[in-house]
Amino acid sequence: MLQYIIRRLLLAIPILIAVVTLVFFVVRMAPGDPAQVILGDSASQESLESMRSELGLDRPVLVQYGEFLFSVLRGDLGSSIIRNQSINTIVAEVMPYTIELTIAGVLMGVIFGIPLGVFSAVFRNSVADYFTRIGSLLGLSFPAFYSGILLLLAFSVYLGWFPVVSDPDMDNWGERIHMLILPAMNLGLIMMAYVVRSARSSMLETLGEDYIRTAKAKGLPEFIILYKHGLKNALIPVITIIGLYLGVLVGNSVLTEIVFNRPGLGKLILAALDERDYNLLQGLMVIYAFIIVLVNLVTDLTYGMVDPRIRKQ
Amino acid sequence: MNAMARLKYLGTETYEVFNRNKTSWAGLLLLSILLLIALLAPILAPYNPVEQNIIQRLQPPSSQFLLGTDYYGRDVLSRIIWGCRVSFVIGSISVGIAMFFGTIFGSLAGYKGGYLDHLIMGIMDVLMSIPILLMGLLIVAILGPSKVNLIIALALTMIPRFARIARAPTIAAKNKVYVEACQAMGFSDFRILVVHIFPNILGDLMVMGSIWMATAVRTEAALSFIGLGVNPPTATLGGMIREGFKDILSAPWASLFPGLVILLIVFSANLLGDGLRDALDPKLRNEN
Repeated sequence: MLQYIIRRLLLAIPILIAVVTLVFFVVRMAPGDPAQVILGDSASQESLESMRSELGLDRPVLVQYGEFLFSVLRGDLGSSIIRNQSINTIVAEVMPYTIELTIAGVLMGVIFGIPLGVFSAVFRNSVADYFTRIGSLLGLSFPAFYSGILLLLAFSVYLGWFPVVSDPDMDNWGERIHMLILPAMNLGLIMMAYVVRSARSSMLETLGEDYIRTAKAKGLPEFIILYKHGLKNALIPVITIIGLYLGVLVGNSVLTEIVFNRPGLGKLILAALDERDYNLLQGLMVIYAFIIVLVNLVTDLTYGMVDPRIRKQ
Repeated sequence: MNAMARLKYLGTETYEVFNRNKTSWAGLLLLSILLLIALLAPILAPYNPVEQNIIQRLQPPSSQFLLGTDYYGRDVLSRIIWGCRVSFVIGSISVGIAMFFGTIFGSLAGYKGGYLDHLIMGIMDVLMSIPILLMGLLIVAILGPSKVNLIIALALTMIPRFARIARAPTIAAKNKVYVEACQAMGFSDFRILVVHIFPNILGDLMVMGSIWMATAVRTEAALSFIGLGVNPPTATLGGMIREGFKDILSAPWASLFPGLVILLIVFSANLLGDGLRDALDPKLRNEN
């Protein structure tokens, strides 16, 4: 197992380096002079030159790249000249909001999605199963910004249960949870659609296994068969969908933050675009790629732990 | 088999696949209707989609403007019809490009194996670790909003998905006796790949094609909503939601109808993909 973990870790490093490289060079393709962007059109030649050397732009691109790569590997994403702050600090400030939102969304999706998926599998081809399947397909077709707008209209504007802007005071737990519910619901409903489908199909597969038939032949109560023999084995593939749909989840969290006006990494990306803060944009992309690689690693390892066949590959 | 017979065989095969699962018919039908609307935009749209008419702005739906007008007095229905066109163009071209290059890279990696396989799949892994929306954000923000840049960004993130689908069956087929026989007869790699391996992955490609078409349309809409889509005044569904969002309380039709149409396009593409997957999955084939 240890060997497997080490091998997977070693595989993740070149991917990360390559992503950092890709992001660095794409950002360098931006038209215009960053110094000009920061100082504006009226800047003098000298101030432009000094800004360029402050930004390190007067050195060869490969040197800049080497330095960036090296500092990223040390865990330093550089600093935003426009905000005059280190990117690590900026990110650390909003990170709790995004983490909180994502975890709440995934939890909602799993808690409601698994029972519904199991239910749908047990009563397969019934009217309820049919509606669940169509409903979940509809759910995963929703663009997150559109579902967000609909939720805002229904629950914030017409019912008035939640505020329209969710920018909570993080020390006030009541407010924090109150403002989390609606955005998390937006993320959770779409997540639920994915979980329902995955839980349904893996439950169907498990229910077709021989040991389930044996359990039935033994005369075990239906509930025990479903819970003890079926669900436990059906849950394993559900772990993977979190890894599989991570990209969707990340995209949806960005859109949710934008629609609900909630601080977080996604809102920060939008701000970086508006301010043309390419350093910040680059840093955020690296962070997202890091999260993706990390979560994929964790799901792979969990899978390897559960299924010995995968370790051996 | 000559070419005609082969084509006919492929046709009946596809028809049978569709018949196995009724949802794929429903998806195909819905998608075709929407596609037809997009194709016939110049005939169907009652008004010019970009012509502004300030006197008529934010009119509610009426017999004159079936879905109302937007902030600039433009007919929402006409803009939706033209917006559909943009969605389909960007969605289908980006999926087409991704499918083409993905299949080539994937089957090449699987067929050749070894060093080339590692290199290609390594690059694919890198591309896959950037979510599609973020790749779109990055590329469009840096290179500027245009149809071409949007298509590049979407295709880049989708290529790995198709490469993965093409690779595994290629490896499986490579070791089959009939491929060995082809090699012994001196057939070129190209011919073996196209004639003997490609038909094996066609079904999977169709499924993935429609599912990723759904994602591409949704992502394009999201980027337009953020303000990184095709430039205004071109009508895009996501852009209409962006523009209508600020008047959503007084004129909800300007943003809610375009959203509904995005949902419809994405849903019907997913329905098609899902139905095809069920129909093609041998595990599910003999049930129901």
